[in-house]
Amino acid sequence: MSQFRAHSVLPGFNLALGFTLLYLSLIVLIPLSALFVKSATLGLGGFWHVVTGDRVLASLRVTFFTSFVAAVINAFFGLIVAWVLVRYTFPGKRIVDALVDLPFALPTAVAGITLATLYAPNGWLGQYFTAHDIKVAYTPLGIVVALTFIGLPFVVRTVQPVLADVEAEVEEAAASLGAGRWDVFQRVIFPAIYPALLTGFALAFARAIGEYGSVIFIAGNMPYISEIAPLLIVAKLEQYDYAGATTIAVAMLLLSFALLLAINILQWWSSRRGTR
Amino acid sequence: MNRSTLTALTLIAALFSGASHAAEIKLLNVSYDPTRELYQDYNAAFAKYWKAKTGDDVIISASHGGSGKQARAIIDGLEADVATLALAADIDALATKSDLVPANWQTRLKHNSSPYTSTIVFLVRKGNPKNIKDWNDLVKPSVAVITPNPKTSGGARWNYLAAWGYALKHNSNDQAKAQEFVSKLYANVPVLDSGARGSTTTFVERGIGDVLLAWENEAFLAVKELGPDKFDIVAPSLSILAEPPVSVVDKNVDKHGTRKVAEAYLEYLYSPEGQEIAANNFYRPTDEKVAKKYAKQFPKLNLITIDEVFGGWTKAQKTHFADGGVFDQIYAKK
Repeated sequence: MSQFRAHSVLPGFNLALGFTLLYLSLIVLIPLSALFVKSATLGLGGFWHVVTGDRVLASLRVTFFTSFVAAVINAFFGLIVAWVLVRYTFPGKRIVDALVDLPFALPTAVAGITLATLYAPNGWLGQYFTAHDIKVAYTPLGIVVALTFIGLPFVVRTVQPVLADVEAEVEEAAASLGAGRWDVFQRVIFPAIYPALLTGFALAFARAIGEYGSVIFIAGNMPYISEIAPLLIVAKLEQYDYAGATTIAVAMLLLSFALLLAINILQWWSSRRGTR
Repeated sequence: MNRSTLTALTLIAALFSGASHAAEIKLLNVSYDPTRELYQDYNAAFAKYWKAKTGDDVIISASHGGSGKQARAIIDGLEADVATLALAADIDALATKSDLVPANWQTRLKHNSSPYTSTIVFLVRKGNPKNIKDWNDLVKPSVAVITPNPKTSGGARWNYLAAWGYALKHNSNDQAKAQEFVSKLYANVPVLDSGARGSTTTFVERGIGDVLLAWENEAFLAVKELGPDKFDIVAPSLSILAEPPVSVVDKNVDKHGTRKVAEAYLEYLYSPEGQEIAANNFYRPTDEKVAKKYAKQFPKLNLITIDEVFGGWTKAQKTHFADGGVFDQIYAKK
């Protein structure tokens, strides 16, 4: 306790901690525990029965797989976008910068309808894919497109400030010491932004798992193929099966939590290794 | 200002406030998606009627959304005075999952509390290129059918049951054959939207599929809004009588003190004026006179009812749409 006091510049640790706990309880813990309580009405056997149903497993697979692919795409291209926005000046940069936030602001249903319109077989973009026999809308590929769209800002916005902190001089110094471009990236820049990139990836991933609005319009919602877990939750609610719906939600929550925890541990481990 | 002028002023003020003292009543109608246009017209008409009858102003708000979602919202505390939903099962839920309405709600108004009815028809591309005439054309391998997911859409349940009813009739009531028929039909569905409006968009805007199974009123509306040069309506040989029911939400009207006006609101739906508005919005009127007047508008169909063929909503819901029910089996077999 005294350790905390010694490090804190601002007074009122007890008050601040109390406030934090209260706030987190109201906003996060109470709703989530309500979820657990409701799903607990089924008992462990019932929980297991719902979660291991063929259709639920298939939908969880679709959700987590497409979310992962979308997050990987975002990590890669988001990094490039952040890089360009930090390192270069060009006309219209502010507009491009603002564009990145658009997926945050747009209602997800609007995003879904727009993307479905574009990528449908008769859409602006879809027609070219169709010409090559690639179906985007109404397949898992369509889900990935929607999730990539909504996840982009998470990577860009987490990497951007960290990248801005890595001064260009550092790169120049590395170059003058004889490092090639790849070496500079791999040994100087990447280790610095790696934790932020991982955070961005995790955020985009987590956001994608819970996404409903934009996906249902482009997914096609075919059972076992392009049916996402949140849709099954809605289907269960439609039957007034609150317990079943919350059970899937709890399963998703636990899986997401495990994944985020794993990513955090990875981050912690890599940052410790980095400081050594 | 002396005392007498003050008294005079008070009197005048009292007079004026008395004159404008006609009560202002607020009513919330919680309805499902495709009734948007219907209730827009109807609410204006009822407000006028109520003003003429009682001198009171009634302001009606309408909330629209998926029928099941709306029912859940009412159960969870949305203070609807009246519920006008897509299926009896959803108002039943108000009675069974909470005590907002009594169990016998459906007997309180005429025609199973359904002032207007509708049915399921086919919407096809102009000229009907795939020559789709009846349900058995929908199971041909080359036909793509658009219908929403019955697990999430009330309208889709009617579609499903209509197809089932057709198959039963043509296979001398063999349930296994009916299941095979419906399985084949759903094998032809490339996109399962979560709601009826979503399916309409998929079919109309995205150009996917050869035939859309739709509420009759939605099909008429699509043709009217998007141009008769793009789509045709095909009436199958047999379809299902869809009865979208209405009810006062007792607990809420008693709390708000709006029972009288809420009941009048629903009864007026049965009046010739209300029936005309329904017919103009492509719902089939139940009043015989009005029905005769608009007979030309609606194709003559052989209509089965859910009570006759499926033993009522509760049973149909349990057999076909509950988890592990027939609909799930259709997809599990693949």
